[in-house]
Amino acid sequence: MKIRRIVAIGRKETLQVLRDPRSLTIALLLPLMQMFMLGYGVNLDVKHIPLCVLDQEGNQRSQDLLKRFAASRYFDLYKVAASIAEVRHEIDGGACRIAIVVPAGFSRKLVDQGAATVQLLVDGTDSNTATIAAAYAGSVVAAYSGEVQLQAIQRRGGQIQTLTPVAVQARVWFNEDLESSYFIIPGVVALVMAIVGAQLTSLTIAREWERGTMELMVSTPVTPMELMLGKLSPYFVLGLVDAGICLALAVGWFEVPFHGTLPTLFFTTSLFLSVVLCIGYYVSVSIRSQVGASQVALILTMLPTTLLSGFSFPIDQMPALVQDITYLVSARYYVTILKAIFLKGATVSELAVPIFSLTAYAIVLVVLAARAFRKTLD
Amino acid sequence: MMAAQSAPAIVVDKLGKRFGTFSALDAVSFDVRRGEIMGFLGPNGAGKSTLIRVLCGLLRPSSGRAVVSGIDITQDPEAVRKRIGYMSQKFSLYSDLSVVENLRFFGGIYGVCPGAINERIRFAVDMAGLQGRETSLVSTLAGGWKQRLALGCAILHKPDVLFLDEPTSGVDPSSRRRFWTLIHELSAGGVSVLVSTHYMDEAEYCMRIAMMAAGRLVALGTPRELRQQSIGGELLELECANIGAAMDLVAKIPGVHDVAVFGDALHLLVDDGAETARAACALLAEHGLPGASARQIAPSMEDMFVHLVRTARAQGAAAGT
Repeated sequence: MKIRRIVAIGRKETLQVLRDPRSLTIALLLPLMQMFMLGYGVNLDVKHIPLCVLDQEGNQRSQDLLKRFAASRYFDLYKVAASIAEVRHEIDGGACRIAIVVPAGFSRKLVDQGAATVQLLVDGTDSNTATIAAAYAGSVVAAYSGEVQLQAIQRRGGQIQTLTPVAVQARVWFNEDLESSYFIIPGVVALVMAIVGAQLTSLTIAREWERGTMELMVSTPVTPMELMLGKLSPYFVLGLVDAGICLALAVGWFEVPFHGTLPTLFFTTSLFLSVVLCIGYYVSVSIRSQVGASQVALILTMLPTTLLSGFSFPIDQMPALVQDITYLVSARYYVTILKAIFLKGATVSELAVPIFSLTAYAIVLVVLAARAFRKTLD
Repeated sequence: MMAAQSAPAIVVDKLGKRFGTFSALDAVSFDVRRGEIMGFLGPNGAGKSTLIRVLCGLLRPSSGRAVVSGIDITQDPEAVRKRIGYMSQKFSLYSDLSVVENLRFFGGIYGVCPGAINERIRFAVDMAGLQGRETSLVSTLAGGWKQRLALGCAILHKPDVLFLDEPTSGVDPSSRRRFWTLIHELSAGGVSVLVSTHYMDEAEYCMRIAMMAAGRLVALGTPRELRQQSIGGELLELECANIGAAMDLVAKIPGVHDVAVFGDALHLLVDDGAETARAACALLAEHGLPGASARQIAPSMEDMFVHLVRTARAQGAAAGT
């Protein structure tokens, strides 16, 4: 292996990247756009659920209850309906996800019988949101009935017991606010880097076959490993710039707390970048057309990263077989590493297992990608 | 060193290359001496490019053996690659790089040491006549300039052997002449050149010519030797009015094997020149085409080529049945 040849290829590739402003712009804008699209698009928090209310009672008590809904940060009062038909219209049209109907006679029942019902209508098309919304609504109503009970006891002059026998003091670590964006955004960073990294290198060899420059290249004494290292070097730098953009957005724009250290982040990011660049290169070597290579690289990185990296679906809830498959997804390790670095401030030694796995992955891919390149035309 | 100089630069022995059932090269054998310019002529699909690609190590031979610069191409293709320069049929430099950037890249790839690279680049620029265009992007160069730059890139590492696959296709005549002058300069410096072309006139620039048809070597010799070789009879040039009508008439004369149009005359391949000349003129006069004149001429390279290709096709057809 001659450094001179690697440098020659790296310099040539760099000049070509710099002379192609359109591709360069795409390489730098793509991660920016994807961060915003995916960062906002993937949000598992259920907040500001559009709410429709129908108050058939229309007195102080019913208004009290409904005001609590309006005040909750989980619900936004979207519509005060005048009839049940109007409620149905709002839910059917999808304008409201949930509706509360306070029936006539609500207050009287509450006072006379000590128990009354309200109707909760939930749009179940999105079962996840529906479950969460119903639970939130239930807790709003529970808090209200607790107070009603308390007032009733006070009114009768009874002893007020303010002590709850057993109370849970819940303390959430690492993501104190239970903001889903805190663990989603590091996953988005991994996803964007996987897509962009493989895209960067997926064209590099295919382009030379299409333009006819590869025929001359393979007639020279250059070795497959020299070619690969030279080719990947400028994209590695470009990939690090892209990683910088993604990580800066995660901290600066999406306000994900960063508890780790920059050297740990740099080291692990470089490792993951090597893996995804090699995936793109491997595809480019195997498929000698630019369009085909770009498509395959996109599918090979986006699908496994989205579905199997633990970024959107928790791995421990997957079927056993699928869990085993996730070990083959490089992003799985990087997602684990990024979450740990961002939220826990994990160090290299604490991340030894995923880092080792990612290193092994990178080595295997470097060897495979270099060997896939054949210096013959047949 | 003396032994190395006297040894042939290329030895090809019964080299064959098959693509599936198609035989692109069929038991081709020849030698190229050091400093020799060997031209390969043949129609498209004759196997010229395949031969060059096999010798450059781009394709693996299916049978036979080839030694380039003393090294067996199947045993150590990488060592062969260090000693050869290659110009592919399709222009394959980087259009988005400048002249010097391309040269520097190939210098690096061929492993020219950093101390010598600038001197070699200057040599290549001077040789190719690219002074003043060093920083121009290759995409802005005209065809002839690109061709000379490609040659410059191929000789940076002082190769023993140059393989040029139709290097002058699509280049204007004066650029072609200039290109051939460069090749002769390189040859004088001891570089062996194997060049393919389908321009007949370029064959005259070569020291020896190999004619290929249907994957086989059908003739090999100096341009003079080839022209003197039998083309299967004598050649008559017939000048007359209405050559279209005349062509049909003379083709029926016994002893005429072939008739072809050459400019405003007909070339006839015949057994006996003097006899057929008289018969043809008489026949034409009989059919209202008087004033025809026929004379015996020496066959040109093109006549030779047409004859060889036709013979090879006939043999191939005979072998096929």
